Amino acid sequence: MDVELLEIKDFISQYAPFDELPEEALAEVVQSVEISYFRANTTIIDFKDEISELYMIRSGIVELFRRNGNLYNRLDQGQLFGQMGLLTNNKVRFPAKTTKDTLLYCIPAVIFYDLCERFESFADFVEAEDSTRLKQAVESNSDDANALTTSKVKKLITREPLIVPIDTSVQAVAQMMAEEYQSAALINDPSLDDSEGNNLVGLISEHDLCAKVIAAGLSIDSPVSEVMSTELISLDHNAYIFEAMLIMLRNNVHHLPVLKNKKPIGLIEVSDIIRYESQNSLLFVSSIFQQQSPEDLALLSKQLKDCFVRMVNEDANSHMVGRAMSEIGRSFKQRLLELAEEEFGPAPIPFCFLALGSMARDEQLMVTDQDNAIILDNSYDPAVHGEYFEKLSHFVCDGLAACGYIYCTGDIMATNPEFRKTQIEWEECFASWIDNPNPKALLNCNIFFDLTGVYGRIKWAEHLNAFILRRAKKNNRFLACLARNALNRKPPLGFFKDFVMESDGRHNNSINLKRRGTAPLADLIRVHALAIGSQSQNSFDRLEDIIEAGILPKSKGEDLQHAMELISLVRLRHQALDIESDIEPDNNIEPENMSDFERRNLKDAFLVLSNAQNFLKYRYSATL
Amino acid sequence: MYNFINKEVLNWSAFLKLKAQLSKDERLKKFYDVGTYHDDTKLQDIEFVALDFETTGLDPKKNSIISIGLVPFTLKRIYCNQAKSWFINPKDKLQEDSIIIHGITHSDLKGAPDLRRILDQLLEQLAGKVVVVHYRNIERPFLDLHLRALFKEGIVFPVVDTMQIESNIQRKLAAGFLNRLRGKKPASIRLGQSRKRYNLPTYQPHDALTDAIATAELLQAQVGYHFSPDTPIKDLWL
Repeated sequence: MDVELLEIKDFISQYAPFDELPEEALAEVVQSVEISYFRANTTIIDFKDEISELYMIRSGIVELFRRNGNLYNRLDQGQLFGQMGLLTNNKVRFPAKTTKDTLLYCIPAVIFYDLCERFESFADFVEAEDSTRLKQAVESNSDDANALTTSKVKKLITREPLIVPIDTSVQAVAQMMAEEYQSAALINDPSLDDSEGNNLVGLISEHDLCAKVIAAGLSIDSPVSEVMSTELISLDHNAYIFEAMLIMLRNNVHHLPVLKNKKPIGLIEVSDIIRYESQNSLLFVSSIFQQQSPEDLALLSKQLKDCFVRMVNEDANSHMVGRAMSEIGRSFKQRLLELAEEEFGPAPIPFCFLALGSMARDEQLMVTDQDNAIILDNSYDPAVHGEYFEKLSHFVCDGLAACGYIYCTGDIMATNPEFRKTQIEWEECFASWIDNPNPKALLNCNIFFDLTGVYGRIKWAEHLNAFILRRAKKNNRFLACLARNALNRKPPLGFFKDFVMESDGRHNNSINLKRRGTAPLADLIRVHALAIGSQSQNSFDRLEDIIEAGILPKSKGEDLQHAMELISLVRLRHQALDIESDIEPDNNIEPENMSDFERRNLKDAFLVLSNAQNFLKYRYSATL
Repeated sequence: MYNFINKEVLNWSAFLKLKAQLSKDERLKKFYDVGTYHDDTKLQDIEFVALDFETTGLDPKKNSIISIGLVPFTLKRIYCNQAKSWFINPKDKLQEDSIIIHGITHSDLKGAPDLRRILDQLLEQLAGKVVVVHYRNIERPFLDLHLRALFKEGIVFPVVDTMQIESNIQRKLAAGFLNRLRGKKPASIRLGQSRKRYNLPTYQPHDALTDAIATAELLQAQVGYHFSPDTPIKDLWL
């Protein structure tokens, strides 16, 4: 008579990777189980012991240790250990000890190898290090995602752009366009220095030929320089299709050159993306620019929540949502500044309004405070211009606050006179931060290293960024200080039933995913990015640069991307859930509200972060 | 420290040798021939077998066995791959209330073998091992009386009773003048309650094999907490 081990079968079949096994394979596993009880604080297996079975925790808690005695992982009910040893040299890799009374199911090695052989899903699961499993989780999650929100513009490029020199005649350009079935061409100036990678000077479209040549009765022998549009708005090849749409809509253009390393690799037009239906957030941006007062903007901002929830529910990835929300945030700022200039008259001297922190990194989510500053022209005279910029700043910051962007608790806002500096003053300020670093002073100015221009002389922000990069790149003491600060916030170890397990063994009821997850990740990525002189601001883009620079151990950069994506995803999903249940969204999440998927993968993500912090410590450990 | 009066036999090893010589039934003779451990054998060297019967009632004279579950184990391992379970066709009518308790229905038992048919297998599993039960007044007496009815000869063997062990421990914990003053009573020693004290998981009760495994786990835990692998078996068996 067949023996039915009901309890064991019920238990094992609940947990990965056994949950995907067919009935008869599961039965074999169940029949093979040996059970063993261990009191709290006893060693189950020791380093370099022979290992001949896979262990599954039926109840209790087991801790795994590194060779140096540091805690590597903490496991509870349903989790496995011993697989790494079985797959490598049959020696225990991570010694295991119980911290609570523990009942173990021991599955013999023969069964384990047989399952690996027969079932790919099983082999994938047990062979995956925690970080690989994370990758699988992130990728399988985006499989069914909306193409619009996850595809990049480079996917739209099917051929090289048509590039013609600036002295070509209008007719010749038209002929080339006709021959190549192109509706627009890029114009370059070969006499310009190409070392920066870009000598593009303009763009000509069918519409230009129609309106500026034929309708205007211009000679077809005229040089193209007379009719081309010189306001070139371009896009990086890593931008999302969604972003291309935003830019076209905002700037009322129908063609966008796509650049890779500043060289044009393609030209996309409205018709390339017209098949994607317009998204809510696009309409939202355009309606921001239609509002006529800060009050109107504040009323409109109430709809932002719905827009956010829709995006999350449409399976946009975090990179995408972050960009869209940042774009919307910047649009609010821009519109407020336009309104301010209508109210107080045009600015007496040129200036550039800056966004700092998450908005500059394109990583803004729902709950965010405003971090901003102003770069003033060097001709700034406080006695003459001071009052104007004081009023302008208050107008903008108060307006933003009314739109739900709460005042920065650290007072890093344009309303603070300290953060309205001239170009020279800003450079001096950054120079002193970088040249004479001290961790304490740097702690509060972290976000200044993520800056972008949103209004006015946007180029100034780029110049300032370039200045910072030149200065920071070679300065090891500065990087070491920044690295040290990036280690201040450690991730938790994992979750148990309804609490968060900290690495020092403490419990907490909830975890702030921004403070403990995405923020330390962004900090850490920033240090690497500054070290290699990356011009990117977004953490994902920075990681691409970091991976390319090859300063991280193999595949660790990808691990960080997946960890960032996963933590951000959980964060924005929970914010969306909060909003949908009429709760004020925040960054806190309680373990009892997490799905099994989230628990398992968040834990893996935190492990990646923790390992990356360790690496950071060693890489930038110049004496301070 | 353990109550000697509880013990059936003072020297099990010698007693089983005697039984082997006196036994008339071939099967029982064979069973006794295998013998058992010496009194001073350490727990870590002993092969146990956890045994559980589900019965139609509590009185071995009137009621019958309806299912048997057993699993061999040591202090280190419980061997599920050697676990066995059988349904037995009961002598008496299956009572409605025991259907409710065990979840075993008439159709489960339809075609189930008579105890005689599986006796060889059962005895083979038990022979030479130390039987572990939770509450010894079921398994041993039921088997003994069933065998007497079948071939006029009963059966004896040493058992370790996890309920008795738990009872002794709880009584000791609740003993003492101060505890009596506080009105402290010994805690429940039922299988599920006992297991909780060792942080063992809760199982669905009343499946013979599940209960046998639960009993084996409980003994591992009790030894882990209150004894040592070097404790001699004479301290535990009854």
